[in-house]
Amino acid sequence: MDAAPTPGFVERRTALGRWWQSKSLRRFRRNPLAIVGLLIVLGFVVIAAIAPLVTPLGRTCIRDLGLTASTADAYRDVRNPAFWQLMFQTPGSCYRMPRVGFSPIPQTPEASGTLLGTTSQGYDIYYGLMWGARTAFRIGVLVVGIGLTIGILVGATAAYLGGWVDNVLMRFTDVVIAVPALVLALVIVMVLGNSIVNLMIAIAAVAWPSYARLVRGEVLRIKQLEYVTGAQAMGRRSFGIVVRHILPNAIGPVLIVASLDIGSIVLTAAALSFLGLGPELGYTDWGQMISFARSWILGPPGQPLAYWYTSFWPGLVIVLFVMGWNLLGDAFRDVLDVRGHI
Amino acid sequence: MFTFILRRILMLPLVFFGVTVIIVLLMQLLTPAQRAAAYIRSENQANQIPEIIRQYRLDEPWYVQYGFWIGRLANGDLGYSRTTNEPVLTTLKKRLPTTAELAFLAILPVIGVGIWLGTAAALNRDGPIDQVVRVLSIFGWSIPTFVMGIWLLVIFYGLLGWFQPGRISTEFAIQMAAGDFRDFTGFLTLDAVLNGRFDIALDALRHLVLPVITLATVQSAQIMRVMRSSLLDALTEDYVRTAKAKGLPQAVVNQKHARRNALIPVITLSGFVLIQLINGVVITETIFNYPGLGQWAARAALSLDYASVLGFAVFTAVAVVTANLLVDVLYGVIDPRIRYG
Repeated sequence: MDAAPTPGFVERRTALGRWWQSKSLRRFRRNPLAIVGLLIVLGFVVIAAIAPLVTPLGRTCIRDLGLTASTADAYRDVRNPAFWQLMFQTPGSCYRMPRVGFSPIPQTPEASGTLLGTTSQGYDIYYGLMWGARTAFRIGVLVVGIGLTIGILVGATAAYLGGWVDNVLMRFTDVVIAVPALVLALVIVMVLGNSIVNLMIAIAAVAWPSYARLVRGEVLRIKQLEYVTGAQAMGRRSFGIVVRHILPNAIGPVLIVASLDIGSIVLTAAALSFLGLGPELGYTDWGQMISFARSWILGPPGQPLAYWYTSFWPGLVIVLFVMGWNLLGDAFRDVLDVRGHI
Repeated sequence: MFTFILRRILMLPLVFFGVTVIIVLLMQLLTPAQRAAAYIRSENQANQIPEIIRQYRLDEPWYVQYGFWIGRLANGDLGYSRTTNEPVLTTLKKRLPTTAELAFLAILPVIGVGIWLGTAAALNRDGPIDQVVRVLSIFGWSIPTFVMGIWLLVIFYGLLGWFQPGRISTEFAIQMAAGDFRDFTGFLTLDAVLNGRFDIALDALRHLVLPVITLATVQSAQIMRVMRSSLLDALTEDYVRTAKAKGLPQAVVNQKHARRNALIPVITLSGFVLIQLINGVVITETIFNYPGLGQWAARAALSLDYASVLGFAVFTAVAVVTANLLVDVLYGVIDPRIRYG
């Protein structure tokens, strides 16, 4: 940063400083709920990042990292390639909850030697929750990515070409929005089969229409600006105008709104998973962990709350995750004044 | 107003066409034999699959299949539900009142409580009511249906034993099956009263308490938030100041001038609430083992019972489109700009 401004001189600021002092950001900073939301979301990002280092890895996961029982702890060493593989090219088996015994009944932390206890079949709750954050971000980011790509293609085409193309594309969008998201996703997962990839495809298939609408609106607005007319007058082809001149300016707000959808996307994924239409059994996924808890609502006679940890912890984590994104999203929409996007 | 409604009604077949095309296209991801399974009634028919494929034209191009599929739909043939062992249409008819009873009871608190608390919060901005409402709405908005349902069951069923999952206690179910209990409306609480069995009505209501709370919480939180912020906006409008300057009592200004305009975004949202309600019904009925449409669809999806799930999808699409039509008409009634625009 620059030296402290001397009175009488125009204050010089870096771009970062200007951004920090901008009206929108000041409004954001003054909103305590927005800060809480931001902290929660950042907290989950940290959890997702460090999950491999703070959880007891399962045996298959360690084997897939190329380690043996004697070198099992080598992945904690930054100099070892296994560390980097674990962090960025995580083997699929690490996303399975390790089983602490095979008891059909949930075990308390004391009985199972785990931090938060186990679900039925001995799945480690703590492991599932920490790695579940990774799963959640993977689902959220990928689905937003796919949904946004489709949305931008459809929305930009509709807005730029106009006429019957616009009509057909937007009516199609209306139709997809008209079907309840969960029902359509249910149909798609059922037809494609249960897996985490199909789950993401299904959710992306119901997420894109709102982005398409948003992109279309932005492109229509920018299309009328003078510089676009200028580009047209200079003889640029329409494809070039859309890609080079319109989209870069239209994409900002859309990107923010879409990324704030991560909360609700993860929620839909968890709901499908709760119904049994998510990834395979034992995958570290919050929705599935809640669905395990369904069988343990009643404790043994005389101990009504004996299995409280099976439903409490996964539920709490999902509520916090969704709340963080909701608070953040609300504050951002306030700052950007994006209306009408629900 | 008339042309406005007419235009909206003309949209209905278009949306219906779109939804059905999507469904038929999705079915193309299955093999003809899998599609044929939707029309099989028992395992003994498994050897008739090639015949069914021919009879129902399941190996033709998708648009031919679409034509025949729509034709069968028009005749009420949505296939055979393996989950309930009866034609899909029969299940739809049988379970619709069950779900409608739950949804109806949930919608009342959603709209009533949401609008009422939202108004109270906006009129007491930053006061204690406002603070409580805001915290409540953040919590209600963030708690997913399935977490809420499980937690309620743990507390009120597991710990306190006040309410049970299901639709009716076993003892009453046996009495109803054996005795001369007559179905009038399909709404169990209403039928029980009409039969003069207040004990059954009370029992049915007790089974409805938790699912209704679960369904209503998330939705009312949203309505509450939108009502609060749109009323706050409306209160700063020029016409509200004019009304105040005219010397109208504060209550009249709030009720007649500000609130009426503030309701417009809430109505927009209520079309959305129905969609959310259908999503919620699938999950809530599954958690509480409530024998409605949602529980049926979720179970059917798990056992790859295509006919049932597609039947449910068609039904929800029609329901949502009809509801959106109603919302649009309501818009026109409240906001003259839309009527004449």
